[in-house]
Amino acid sequence: MSEFKQTFNSSLGKKLIMALTGLFLCTFLIVHLAGNLQLFSNDNGYSFNVYANFLTHFPPIEVVAYILYASILIHAIYAIILTTGNRKARPVNYAAKPQSPSSWSSQNMGLLGSILFLFIVIHMGDFWYKYKFTHSVGFKEYRTNLVTGERTVSDFTPEKPEFEHSLSYNGDTEIVRVKDLHTSVANSFSQWWYVVIYVIAMVALSYHLLHGFQSAFRTFGWVHRKYKPIINFIGTWLFAVIIPLGFAAMPIVYFIMSLKK
Amino acid sequence: MENATMNLTLKVWRQKNAQTPGKFETYKAVNISPDMSFLEMLDVVNESLIRDGQEPIHFDHDCREGICGMCSLYINGRPHGPKRAITTCQLHMRSFHDGETITIEPWRATAFPVVKDLAVDRSAFDRIQQAGGYISVNTGGVPDANEIPIPKIIADEAFNSATCIGCGACVAACKNASAMLFVSAKITQLALLPQGQPERYRRVQSMVAQMDEEGFGSCTNTGACEAECPKEISLTNIAHMNYDYFSAKLFRQEEVHEVKHGGA
Amino acid sequence: MSLDAKVPQGPLAEKWSKHKFNLKLVNPSNKRKYNVIVVGTGLAGASAAASLAELGYNVTAFCFQDSPRRAHSIAAQGGINAAKNYRNDGDSVYRLFYDTIKGGDYRAREANVYRLAEVSVNIIDQCVAQGVPFAREYGGLLDNRSFGGAQVSRTFYARGQTGQQLLLGAYSALNRQIHEGKVKMYTRHEMLDVVVVDGHAKGIVTRNLKTGEIATHAGHAVLLCTGGYSNVFYLSTNAIGSNVTAAWRAHKRGAFFANPCYTQIHPTCIPVTGTHQSKLTLMSESLRNDGRVWAPKTKETAEKLRKGQIKAKDIKEEDRDYFLERKYPSFGNLVPRDVASRNAKEAVDEGRGVGGSGIAVFLDFADAIARLGEETVAAKYGNLFDMYLQITDENPYKEPMRIYPAVHYTMGGLWVDYNLMTSIPGLYALGECNFSDHGANRLGASALMQGLADGYFVIPYTLGDYLATIGPKPVDPNHPAFEKTKAETIAHVNKLLSLKGNKTVVDYHRELGHIMWEYCGMARSEEGLTKAKQLIADLKADFWKNAIVVGKNDEVNSALERAGRVADFIELGALMVEDALQRRESCGGHFRVESQTEEGEALRHDDEYAYVAAWEYKGEDQPEVLNKEELVFENVKLTQRSYK
Repeated sequence: MSEFKQTFNSSLGKKLIMALTGLFLCTFLIVHLAGNLQLFSNDNGYSFNVYANFLTHFPPIEVVAYILYASILIHAIYAIILTTGNRKARPVNYAAKPQSPSSWSSQNMGLLGSILFLFIVIHMGDFWYKYKFTHSVGFKEYRTNLVTGERTVSDFTPEKPEFEHSLSYNGDTEIVRVKDLHTSVANSFSQWWYVVIYVIAMVALSYHLLHGFQSAFRTFGWVHRKYKPIINFIGTWLFAVIIPLGFAAMPIVYFIMSLKK
Repeated sequence: MENATMNLTLKVWRQKNAQTPGKFETYKAVNISPDMSFLEMLDVVNESLIRDGQEPIHFDHDCREGICGMCSLYINGRPHGPKRAITTCQLHMRSFHDGETITIEPWRATAFPVVKDLAVDRSAFDRIQQAGGYISVNTGGVPDANEIPIPKIIADEAFNSATCIGCGACVAACKNASAMLFVSAKITQLALLPQGQPERYRRVQSMVAQMDEEGFGSCTNTGACEAECPKEISLTNIAHMNYDYFSAKLFRQEEVHEVKHGGA
Repeated sequence: MSLDAKVPQGPLAEKWSKHKFNLKLVNPSNKRKYNVIVVGTGLAGASAAASLAELGYNVTAFCFQDSPRRAHSIAAQGGINAAKNYRNDGDSVYRLFYDTIKGGDYRAREANVYRLAEVSVNIIDQCVAQGVPFAREYGGLLDNRSFGGAQVSRTFYARGQTGQQLLLGAYSALNRQIHEGKVKMYTRHEMLDVVVVDGHAKGIVTRNLKTGEIATHAGHAVLLCTGGYSNVFYLSTNAIGSNVTAAWRAHKRGAFFANPCYTQIHPTCIPVTGTHQSKLTLMSESLRNDGRVWAPKTKETAEKLRKGQIKAKDIKEEDRDYFLERKYPSFGNLVPRDVASRNAKEAVDEGRGVGGSGIAVFLDFADAIARLGEETVAAKYGNLFDMYLQITDENPYKEPMRIYPAVHYTMGGLWVDYNLMTSIPGLYALGECNFSDHGANRLGASALMQGLADGYFVIPYTLGDYLATIGPKPVDPNHPAFEKTKAETIAHVNKLLSLKGNKTVVDYHRELGHIMWEYCGMARSEEGLTKAKQLIADLKADFWKNAIVVGKNDEVNSALERAGRVADFIELGALMVEDALQRRESCGGHFRVESQTEEGEALRHDDEYAYVAAWEYKGEDQPEVLNKEELVFENVKLTQRSYK
């Protein structure tokens, strides 16, 4: 064990932890975005609510979720440890402002990361925490006619407070009763300042990943003449453009929709 | 052949030794020819200081042709000044303009304590090399040079890593004062060559351990080091070092004790 | 005093192997009882320190730089010769020996030169084993190129920085021994004197350049690997810190100084631009393969050029004088360094020099670019062209380069016998610091070879013989000689610090350089040298009266360091002039205007001057005594060099 300890206490080992947790978070983002695209399906929140319910009630996903939370914490804690060490490596700063050419994002990973951490706290507090640990989220009942595919929706108030969800059939009709996260989301996204927070966070995410994704590969030592351009392409277009844009589109679209109502 | 001379204001870090706190002093550099090198401009300033009975500005320098790696000035926010791929001694005054104020600082890093004024102690680099930056062969008794064929492309790559002059600009440029570009260049040169294979995994562990012990920061892949390296050592060396290090630490069977530093 | 070079008997090719057998050995368990001091960590010093430590000796090594890796060997560009004959082009140990001795204008010791050629092959093997990244061909084997004067391709190289790569190899071997605890390394330490006990070198006095502490170090033997003294000319291609102090102080303790007037002037350097200039930059000799050297035919054209009224390309072909091609049709631009240098000087002396100062000639690539294309020329010389552009701000692809000769290497140095021991028993000199192998002129790519030969393959054998003779009894560091020498050093330092005149030591250095370059440079005459003798004597007197040295001893004090070095350079300059005066012949880098052929080439006088001039110090302001080591040539026939 001591050799592993030695490894992860070394400067390179700490970077390895950053890279591993970082890349894991990157893969999560893909899944998260794909899932959240349900927000755009025009079905009164049915798919989204079912999806949210699935995430919180399918045990393997629960396990992965806790690994995810741990990753976020470890990524943040090691960032602090590394930054503290790096500060110590240069106790006296230069008087002249450093002019060495390097990308803005690479120079400001700490700042960007802090914004993202703050965002994650707000984001999880508003949705994940309320969804999971409070009763402030309402319920919806979806009745789907399995023959015609017609679906009706209505508010639902459970009799017992510990009620989570249910699935039952009434002849040809499927009755789904789930927590209505969709409405909470729509409510939140109708507030302009909330949208602003999200957009700022997604800009930070974009810059953070613009450097972070390909930097992780460098840390692993996976810099290959032939594959490096592919990694840079993915890092730039998928992680720094498509994903942040996709996430940012949700509050913006919902905000615009709320104006129309 | 320009004849116009320049007058400059210098803001220079003066510090008696590592124990004494330092401060900036301002000097005038007058009648400076654009054909002078930056160090020759400092020579002129120093000569006039000496004539006035004052102590000259101390800075490290030796070969003055960009290869010994001794000169080490942080000029206007950049190691070795504003031009790419050169050392301070290769920087000429034509890169500045008349009336300019130039801020000159020493390399700043915990692992590079100030010796005096603008000169710093870079013996940390020596100690890292001593920890394993060699191939353990004794003089004599080696095979004929051509018994070890090396593909040209590998030899050239090893050469690119070997061009490092050990000046420390990478440390000076890095926002974390990290020495990884230097250390990785040394490790990569030997890791690429067949002669370096027997000690490859031992070497990387020993040198990284020594690097950490010296108090350098860690790498955030900003690329400032590569941009400021007078020999344009590539950032890829760092990736190469990481790969070897993790291979050694996490996947290799043999146990290697990190070697503690023994000598002076 | 008679000089015994201790050259072994027997046929040339067997001398070294027989000698190695005859040398006494030190038993492995006794080796650790010896302490050897190595001063300087260039190619010779680093390789010697590492090799001796590998054998088991305890080594204490010193350098004045902040790291052993920065010694000036690092700046060598071109390459290193070795008689490997990998090219199958007729090279052999004998041919390398012959080329070297002829190139040195028959003023070197046959046995030494042969040994150098013999061990040259081992050097390449050693360096490759250490991981030195020499240039290779696509087949994976080592590449060679041809170099100044030789008709075979025997030069191994690592792009334009062979010196750095070789030094890093030696430095890595040294690091390994430091790590093993067998070498104790002192950086930022300058050697200021040798401690001689009962006629044997037993230690040195050093000054710690960070703290000013003056201390003594004891050892069974002292190896000086402290390089050459080109900086006596103030402007040279040497590093600013390169100095003669260690060798000179040893000389003043009894080590003979041999052939001090033999200096090499390299023809292709970037010319001086002004008085502020602190050093000269060499452009590799390889440029003369494709560049054509020329000057305007007439003074008038040159005048217009200097005033900026016309440009080089405005000068018509018939108004140009490609003087090397004109005078040496068979060798053309590829004549040896001394010949090329002298001819450039001649053109400038005739008022046909170019550039603002008029002290330069052209090296023109227009033809090469027209013939090969800019791309090919860039591939071959790109880094040199960039360097030129960087320094001069002129684009050599568009305008011809301006070049002028500069002092580059000193063949003279401490006299050593075949074992590399100086005339002080126990004191050795290796590399450029000694006089041994290059005679009156050094061939390109031979300096690196000699430094490494001495350090890796000669001293490990020869030193053992001496150590075995004196025995492993510890050196007493409390012997009064240590305290006495230290006190004298401190007195010298204090004397320098007491100088509170009005001229800086750099002023004196510059002045000394002017005198040396003018009268003891590329062409020397009885009249000029006599004048120089007086000028240097005056300069010395003036220095000790009017120089200013600021600061104190117990701190970093670059002014003090420089002062000590310049004071020694002044004394050395006087000896060089003395040596040049007595040698009334021309040979290699030493050109006496009185001794030239009808065509103006160097003319030797083998009957009178086939000797090594070894100077013996006799005390402050006393004339030095000339000792002669006759050179015996049993294997080569002495001929007049011709490059027509």
